[in-house]
Amino acid sequence: MLKSLHKRHSELAQSKRQLEILSNGIFQNGDLPKFKDKIAESNQFPLRAKKLEILQINVGYMCNQVCAHCHVDAGPDRKEIMTKETMLQCLEVIKNTNAHTLDLTGGAPEMNPNFRWFVEEASKAGIQDFIVRSNLTIIRANKKYHDLPEFFKKHNIHVVSSMPHWTKGKTDKQRGDGVFDKSIQALKDLNAVGYGMPDSELRLDLVYNPSGAFLPGNQTALEKDFKKALWDDFEIQFHNLLAITNLPISRFLDYLIASENYEDYMYALVEAYNPNAVKNVMCTNTLSVSWDGYLYDCDFNQMLNLPINSKVKHISEYNSETIESRSIVISQHCYGCTAGAGSSCQGSVT
Amino acid sequence: MQKTYYDPADLRKFGKISDWNEELGSKFFEYYNSVFKEGHLTEREKSLIALAVAHTIQCPYCIDAYTGDGLQRGITKEEMMEALHVASAIRGGASLVHGVQMMNKVNKLDL
Repeated sequence: MLKSLHKRHSELAQSKRQLEILSNGIFQNGDLPKFKDKIAESNQFPLRAKKLEILQINVGYMCNQVCAHCHVDAGPDRKEIMTKETMLQCLEVIKNTNAHTLDLTGGAPEMNPNFRWFVEEASKAGIQDFIVRSNLTIIRANKKYHDLPEFFKKHNIHVVSSMPHWTKGKTDKQRGDGVFDKSIQALKDLNAVGYGMPDSELRLDLVYNPSGAFLPGNQTALEKDFKKALWDDFEIQFHNLLAITNLPISRFLDYLIASENYEDYMYALVEAYNPNAVKNVMCTNTLSVSWDGYLYDCDFNQMLNLPINSKVKHISEYNSETIESRSIVISQHCYGCTAGAGSSCQGSVT
Repeated sequence: MQKTYYDPADLRKFGKISDWNEELGSKFFEYYNSVFKEGHLTEREKSLIALAVAHTIQCPYCIDAYTGDGLQRGITKEEMMEALHVASAIRGGASLVHGVQMMNKVNKLDL
């Protein structure tokens, strides 16, 4: 199994080093424009937060998988786990926010020992769309997780799961040996309780991240191919495919540099820059909460240790007025969210 | 002077062809973009055709472009290789089918 950058003591485990790479070289010598200058061309700098719609909470970096592209650098060795105390602080905000979506992510969020309690408590708040980002294999990893589909159903959870391809080879190459087979079984388990059925209110969406140094293709066309292949080969159904661009940070940045694809990938992102995607980037309507309760514009900024530009820094100090008027903290990794049709945790943005 | 005829970075400059003839360059790219839109064939099918043709005409820019395009569309390496074998079969067949001419000539001249 691949090891996390932290476990390998890689210099890229440090966010400062990642930000140096993203600010120097082709972005310093003028070959490519910095993101700030690019969005200024269409008078979109500074990028400002709008009304909060999505509260995304990262309940820990521990994961049973070590995916090659993971922007969290998650893995079994990561011990950063949200405590019940921080969860209680999050619950206070969840109860009082007008955000329509609560989005739990990780790592594998299910590995947090207080995950089920947190879901039960949070679901009482009546949030319109309650997402759990499940890597699928966790459902098959251990007997204690086998009932997760029923648990999700009980709390009307919207399950969003990663699946980089409908073939075993490409999936396992990105996510680890044996992941494809376990994911297929987990999808069948979810289908069996009603998730992903065409008329079902139990939402099951798949996330597609390219399995290499290239951008995602058209989301609608990919969804059509995924649906046909998963149905023909396994009789699996799901609702929507969310195509997400890999951002050049953490393990994906490590891969880009090691495979000598970094510069070409950055050129591809900049050339695909779409000013219309900037209007809808997720950081403008999302707030990301880290395992220790600190606030970020998005999960990517969280991993780069770029906190929100506000007096309020922690969930315990949450104040909607201060949060909603903030300017978004940006760097060159933001090109990943504005390439082509744009990219967000909810898929394309245009 | 550069040491090779082909530079991968030149592919990114393809659009600059219009700089020296705006009218014809624009017409070409408009046509090009229309060709690859979904019609009776899907964009995916057209991408595979383009990849096969790219190998037939041995255009390194096109091979680069349509390998990347195929990956973006989720086309597998097995599908790409099958498409190449179609190109290879036609190209090889084009040589071999001329053997009929050779056979005709031999049959005409030989006792």
